[in-house]
Amino acid sequence: MEKKVILQTKKIGKYFYQPVKFKALDDVSFKVFESEFITMVGKSGSGKSTLLYILSTMDTDYEGELFIGDEKITGQKPNYLAAIRNKNIGFVFQFHYLLPEFTCLKNVMIPALKLGKFSPQEIEEQAYQKLDLLGIKNQALKQASKLSGGQQQRVAIARALINHPKIIMCDEPTGNLDSKNTSIVLETFHQLSKEFGQTIIAVTHDNDFAKASNRIIELADGKLIHTT
Amino acid sequence: MKLNVNSEIALTHLLTRKRQTMIAAMGVTVGIGIFIFMISLVVGFNNYSDEALFKAEPHLRIYQDDTLSRPLIKQIKPDYTTVIINPKIANLSNTLVNPEKIIADLKKQDDIVTVTPQVSVNIFYNNGISQINGEASGVNILEANDMFNIESTMLAGDVRNLLSTSNGILIGVGIAEKLNIQLHDNINITSSIGVVKMMKVEGIFKTSNSNIDLTKSYINLAISQQLMKKSSSYLTDILVNIEDPNDAPKFSKQLQNSTIYKVEDWQAANEQSMSNKKTRQVMFGSISLAILLVAAFGIYNIINMTIKEKLNDIAILKATGFSGKDVINIFLKESLIMGIIGTSFGLLMAAGLIKFVSGIYIGGDREYFPIGYESPIFFIGAILGVLITLGAGYIPAIGAAKIDPIEIFRK
Ligand SMILES: Nc1ncnc2c1ncn2[C@@H]1O[C@H](COP(=O)(O)OP(=O)(O)O)[C@@H](O)[C@H]1O
Ligand SMILES: [Mg+2]
Repeated sequence: MEKKVILQTKKIGKYFYQPVKFKALDDVSFKVFESEFITMVGKSGSGKSTLLYILSTMDTDYEGELFIGDEKITGQKPNYLAAIRNKNIGFVFQFHYLLPEFTCLKNVMIPALKLGKFSPQEIEEQAYQKLDLLGIKNQALKQASKLSGGQQQRVAIARALINHPKIIMCDEPTGNLDSKNTSIVLETFHQLSKEFGQTIIAVTHDNDFAKASNRIIELADGKLIHTT
Repeated sequence: MKLNVNSEIALTHLLTRKRQTMIAAMGVTVGIGIFIFMISLVVGFNNYSDEALFKAEPHLRIYQDDTLSRPLIKQIKPDYTTVIINPKIANLSNTLVNPEKIIADLKKQDDIVTVTPQVSVNIFYNNGISQINGEASGVNILEANDMFNIESTMLAGDVRNLLSTSNGILIGVGIAEKLNIQLHDNINITSSIGVVKMMKVEGIFKTSNSNIDLTKSYINLAISQQLMKKSSSYLTDILVNIEDPNDAPKFSKQLQNSTIYKVEDWQAANEQSMSNKKTRQVMFGSISLAILLVAAFGIYNIINMTIKEKLNDIAILKATGFSGKDVINIFLKESLIMGIIGTSFGLLMAAGLIKFVSGIYIGGDREYFPIGYESPIFFIGAILGVLITLGAGYIPAIGAAKIDPIEIFRK
C-alpha cells in the first residue's frame, strides 16, 4: 500500500545576495512519507540547514513550492505559519536551544502552553514524560542555562515532541552528544516514527546515525544528488 | 493564579532583571509624581486666585454700557459716505430700566446661584480734613455676603449690622487706617453730585487686595440711591453668580442675546489675569510633560535592551509557534507592569509632595500653601503614566516582532 505523503517540495531554489549572488539551493524536489525517519547528509555548506529552514516554514523567501500534508504552505501569512509550526512541527536547532531563564520543564511546556490544547497540569505531566524519554527527567527543575550543552540539546528534543507534531525537524541533533546519548536519541526517533507515526527529518554529519535511519537524502552544492 | 504563557514569559523577564525593572519603574514614579504635583500646584494656585477674585467680583455683571450717538443721517449702504457724524457718549443715565423684571427672570434660571442688584457710587471719605476718594457699593447686604463672602474678610464688626443700622457702612482696612477711624466711629461721605451723608462704621474688612481695601465700602442700597438723588428703582449693576464660574462666558453670551444691556463675564473683565493663568498652565504643563517623556524614555530603553539581549529567545519563541503579535504582547506586558508599578508609586509620591507642601506656612489670608488633592489630576496622571509606558514599550516591541528567527539561528 502506498504511504501517505506528509511533506513535499517542488523545485525549491534559494538565493543569497550577500556578499555576492549565490544559489544555495537548486531545484530541490522530494517527498517525505508519514512515519518516516529521514536523515539529510552532505558536506558543510551544501545547503542542509538552508533547506531545513524552508521546510520548517520559517524561511519564506524561496522559489518553488512546499506542501505539508495536502496543504500548500508557500505564500501563507506569517501568523498562520506560526500556528502551523506550533501545532505540526517540532524543531531542534543546531546551536540555539533553550530559554536560559526558565527551568527545563518550563522550556518543554512553553509550546504546549501556547497551543493551549491541554491544561497546565496535563502539560506538566506530559513534559515530565518527554524529559524522561530523553533521560533527563532529573534535571527538570534546573534553570536551563545551568545545564551542559548535551543536556540542553536533549531538553530541546523533548520540547520538540511536546505538541505531538506530525513532523520533527532536527539540525545536527546529536552534534553535542556522546555515543551513549546519541543512541538514546536514535532509539527515541525510531520509537516515535514506529509507535506514534511521527515523521523525522534530521540533518546529520554522523554516518552511523544516518545509516540507522529509514532513508538518506544527500545534498551537494545545493542540489539533491542522492536519495536511497 | 493561572497566567497565560505570554504573561509568564514577561514576568520571568522582569523578575530575572529586578534591578533594571525597578530603575525603569522608578523613572515613571518620579515622572508621574512630579507631573501630578506640578499640575496640582497650578490648579491650587489658580483656584486660590479665582477665590480671591470672587471675593470682589461676581461671575457676571449686567450694566448699562456707554453708547455713542448715531449719525444724524443713517448710512444707507456700507460704502456710502455718512454726512453728519459727531460721536458723543449719548446715554442720559446709567440706570437699568425695569431691573426687577431682569432680576426675576434671572432667578428663574437653573444654574444661577445668586442674583443681586448694586448701585456703584463714586464718593469721598472724609474725616476732619483728611479725604480719600473711592467707591461705595450700595447692596442688599445678605445677598452680597452670599456672593462675596464679605464675612470671611471682616476684621471687626458684623455685616448683619447693616440691616439694623440703615446708615451703616463697611469700610476697607486701608480707609480705616488712613482716616484713623475705629469700629462704631462716624464717617462722612460725599457723592460725586455733592450729597453728603454721615455714616456709622459697622465693620472693617481686609481683602487680599490692598487697593480694594483703600477704596471700597459697602452701604445699604437705599443710601446709595439717595447719594445719587435717585428713586428706589435706580440700579447700576445686576450681579450674578452661577454654579460653575468656568461657564460664565457661555452664560454671558446667552444672556447678552436677551438684554439690551452689557453682560460681562469675569473672564472678560480680567483678561490680564486670565492670560497669566494660561501662561502658568502652559509653562507647568510642558515642564511636567517633558519630565514624563524622560520617564518614558527610561522604559523604552530597558525594553529595547531586553530585546537586544533576548534575540535568541525571541527566535526560539517564533520558531516554536509564537506569532509577531505574541512577541509584541509579551513586551507590552513587560512595559505595562513596569508602568503600573511606577505609576502607583508615582501617585503615592505626588500625594506625599502635596501633603508636604500644603503644610508650608505662607501667611496672608490663605495662611498655608494653596494646594490640594484633586482626584481628576490623579486620575489623568495614572492614565497618562500607563499610556506613555505602553507607548514606550510598543516601539521596540514592533521591532522585536519583525525579527527573522533564521537570521538569528544562522549566526
Ligand atoms: N545568510 C546567508 N547569507 C549568505 N550566504 C549564506 C547565508 N546562510 C548560508 N549561506 C551560505 O549558503 C550555503 C549553505 O549553507 P548551510 O545551509 O548553512 O549549509 P550546511 O547547513 O549544509 O552546512 C553556504 O555556502 C553558506 O555560506
Ligand atoms: Mg548547517
